[in-house]
Amino acid sequence: MKIVRSASAGTMESSDAYIEIEPATGLEIQLESVVQQQFGQEIRSAVEEMLRENGVEDASVRIIDRGALECVIRARVETAILRGKGEN
Amino acid sequence: MSKVVKSIKEVVALAGLKDGMTVSFHHHLRNGDFVLNMVMEEIASQGLKDINVNASSLFDVHTPLLEHIENGVVTGISADYIAAGLGRAISKGIMEKPVQFRTHGGRPSDIVQGRTPIDVAFIAAPTADTMGNCSGKYGPSACGSLGYAFADAMFAKKVVVITDNLVPYPMQDFSISEDWVDYVVPVEAIGNPKGIVSGTTQITRDPVGLVMASHAAQVIAHSGLLKDGFSFQTGAGGASLAAAKFLKDIMMEKGIQGSFGMGGITGYLVDMLQAGCFRSLLDVQCFDLKAVESIRTDPRHKEISAMQYASPTSRSAAVDSLDVVILGATEIDTDFNVNVHTDSNGFIMGGSGGHSDTAAGAKLSMIIAPMFRARLPIVTDRVTCVSTPGSDIDVLVTQGGIAVNPKNVELTQQLKAAGLPIVDIHELKEKTERITGTPRKLPKGDRVVAEVIGRNGNLQDVIYNVP
Repeated sequence: MKIVRSASAGTMESSDAYIEIEPATGLEIQLESVVQQQFGQEIRSAVEEMLRENGVEDASVRIIDRGALECVIRARVETAILRGKGEN
Repeated sequence: MSKVVKSIKEVVALAGLKDGMTVSFHHHLRNGDFVLNMVMEEIASQGLKDINVNASSLFDVHTPLLEHIENGVVTGISADYIAAGLGRAISKGIMEKPVQFRTHGGRPSDIVQGRTPIDVAFIAAPTADTMGNCSGKYGPSACGSLGYAFADAMFAKKVVVITDNLVPYPMQDFSISEDWVDYVVPVEAIGNPKGIVSGTTQITRDPVGLVMASHAAQVIAHSGLLKDGFSFQTGAGGASLAAAKFLKDIMMEKGIQGSFGMGGITGYLVDMLQAGCFRSLLDVQCFDLKAVESIRTDPRHKEISAMQYASPTSRSAAVDSLDVVILGATEIDTDFNVNVHTDSNGFIMGGSGGHSDTAAGAKLSMIIAPMFRARLPIVTDRVTCVSTPGSDIDVLVTQGGIAVNPKNVELTQQLKAAGLPIVDIHELKEKTERITGTPRKLPKGDRVVAEVIGRNGNLQDVIYNVP
């Protein structure tokens, strides 16, 4: 799946995450989280997995996490991908 | 004779403040307080150094203290509670000497026993007369009770009353009396009323909070304690207030008249008093306008000192007559130890206040907390800081079940028989981590930034810097 436009999903509320996705060459993931030290690796791999599952190979993704559960992060990332993908 | 002094500048000199001395403050003006900052600024500008500040609590309005710490004006801090802004700087290691945390009962106990002598106490008084009789119930900066200031007023070497509402002698209905007061200083404003008391504190509408509150009320209803003469304290958090509301409904329905409600008093406890749920309120601090109005007008609503509220060395303290207290927690471990001093990253953001005192005194001490906040589980193997020992905690109420401290065999049976969702605290921890994942442990600092002194004067725990 190709990301053709900037898109976002989620909110900055506590226990949610805000995701921005943009067209790019290659994958770039930027993570900012209130639970970086406790769950940073888990969040990063959840995001990578969602990108892989949706066949996204080129994108710049920014995650601002306010302590969202992993299911929430996955849902927000998937929504951002669907909003940013090209018509096909 | 006249006790009225023109300015804080003059009174700092008159009171004989010198390098290395201890000054004290009380926190009824909360985040609207001007007095601590005004006094400390004057102390700094007179070139005094090495001052020890003993405050019943510190709020973020007091962040100018950081500058006085950096400049060597302030080198020691004792408090029962320190808000997150100041707490963060302390956790980063701004002070050489560790901060001393006490409880709301331990602080006056140590003052009365002479373990923490105060050279000059500054009393922020919403109304005072020219001889120093004063009260928090009247005036433009009214805050209600002055409970935490009594020990300071009675035992400091010098006592300064600072007021923005000076009235002719003698004022009626004073709390702190002239025989303890050396000087009275009129100022333009002692605080910002918006930060002193809130409007109406709202009960939670969050469904998770409501489930917890309803469980909490059911635990009380089936504890065997809810009968005529029942006494109760709760904090001002949204879920605690919702629990009080559910409890009120049960008491009204069953026609139960309790003896007293206590604590930091909110409008919800005033409602319970007016509805006949209690015969009286014992008030060490008012949280909102309705509480201030009530303590001013209703003789059943009584101001009490911190010694009477919670001191372990008073001949008796009201916490010892308490049936049920509802308390909060940032963390609780599988031994039921509770942390209310630090946040999940180890930064200071609170303190015991009356937590340990009421937990020790009450027949049933209940912690009400969600299973997790922002993905971080509340139940841990070991709390970062033991604010209140697990031996004083009876029940943990969450939305995912109620964990009873195993020492309470009979209570566990009663609550199970009532059909309440009882879980083992270890199971609750596992259940939570299945939802959140297991958090990685944080690296601990290597320097002690605060000592947590238990209510009986023991060194209960220490808090390390955050690297």
